[in-house]
Amino acid sequence: MEKKDKILKIKTIKNGIVIDHIKRGKAPDVLKILGIDDNFRDALTFAMNVPSRDLGKKDIVKVENRDIDTSEINKIAIIAPDATINIIKDYRVVKKEKVTLPEQITGIIKCPNPKCITNKEREPITSIFMVKQINPLILVCKYCEREVSSGILSYIKAP
Amino acid sequence: MKGMRWTKKHIISINDFSRDEIDFVLEKSGILEKKLGSSSTSSLMNGKILANLFFEPSTRTRMSFEAAMKRLGGITIGFDHPGISSEVKGETIADTVRIVSGYADVIVIRHPIEGSARLASEYSDVPVINGGDGANQHPTQTLLDLYTIKKEFERIDGLDICIVGDLKYGRTVHSLTSALENYDVRIRFISPKELRAPRQIVKSLSDRGIEVKEATKLNLKNSDVIYVTRIQKERFPDPQEYERVKGAFILNLNSLEGIRENAIIMHPLPRVSEISTDIDATKHARYFEQAKNGIPVRMALLCLVCDIKFW
Repeated sequence: MEKKDKILKIKTIKNGIVIDHIKRGKAPDVLKILGIDDNFRDALTFAMNVPSRDLGKKDIVKVENRDIDTSEINKIAIIAPDATINIIKDYRVVKKEKVTLPEQITGIIKCPNPKCITNKEREPITSIFMVKQINPLILVCKYCEREVSSGILSYIKAP
Repeated sequence: MKGMRWTKKHIISINDFSRDEIDFVLEKSGILEKKLGSSSTSSLMNGKILANLFFEPSTRTRMSFEAAMKRLGGITIGFDHPGISSEVKGETIADTVRIVSGYADVIVIRHPIEGSARLASEYSDVPVINGGDGANQHPTQTLLDLYTIKKEFERIDGLDICIVGDLKYGRTVHSLTSALENYDVRIRFISPKELRAPRQIVKSLSDRGIEVKEATKLNLKNSDVIYVTRIQKERFPDPQEYERVKGAFILNLNSLEGIRENAIIMHPLPRVSEISTDIDATKHARYFEQAKNGIPVRMALLCLVCDIKFW
């Protein structure tokens, strides 16, 4: 019985996405980015602190019957820059890509500075953050030049 | 730098400048100052129009740009009070700038919203110069500060620079230290502990190999440049604390005892009480000359962005 349970927990998914090589402890943040909360009805598996050759320890997220778009991939890159996205169709990996953090992050992060022009209504402007440093991540608002380094997830715009 | 091509169309942030570009501006400012002297005018900008868009009042910056443009033979238009602009009618900065860029050859903008000058540059067909965007940037102030230092010592490398006052919120200090990252200087920060320089500034300087010391007591010895800034009352939740702190950071004749013979005292102005007026007559006071240096620096920048060669 115990053996069967283990198999159930790690079984491959038929259709959906597997996000691997997530920085340790960041799986819950990835779920937030994907908008997965207690209303989600499909199968979801996630593992935390799994041994990893490259990262030491890593998190993994598997979601049934879910696709992923570029905007979500870019958001994941901000909090888990080493993550890989696997698209599963009929139990097979049909696409595998590593997320990449662009030099410039456009339209994803709301500037935490209330006096920044990007937070002013009516101006034709999209927030743009430049990546100043990758590890640990430091972003700089192109407009007000405010640096953002901690709590970045809370500034990522909702889906 | 010989043979260097000027690449800046807009002057938005000191962080957009390389050391070569800063040195280029300082050198060209010196050429213009020597060429024109403080009281002469030229015809370099004949027929050109500068639009001063001042969405918040700033007498000195506006007058300095206006004087610079007029000494170059150009003319100025614009407003210096938000009540006069179309902003009160609800016009966006982007629209105002689009329209004005059809009227003028160069725009100077000052706006309390941070990042407004960068936005303006994206909607303008003509060069935009940032005359101060809230707490963010005031690049021409930084360039005139550096010009003052270089004019005095004929170099910036190797100097001991002491920065006193509000190091936490002071825009001038942040821009100046950012520019100084390009030079081989030693920096001493002196401030009340509540207004210490932000950690990332200290780290950033240290990462560039610059020796940084921090102190909470006014000791001006062993400095070539003493850069003083105002400590503002509203930065302190407790008014009593402000009163206590304020007194400890006022420069008077006593605080100058034992300072280097050729040390200079600078201040972005306006000064309130942080430098006592009896210092004005000493050989160390350089703040009024510093303000005056804004003219050649702004003249040089206006010519450079308008592609007018004067050397």
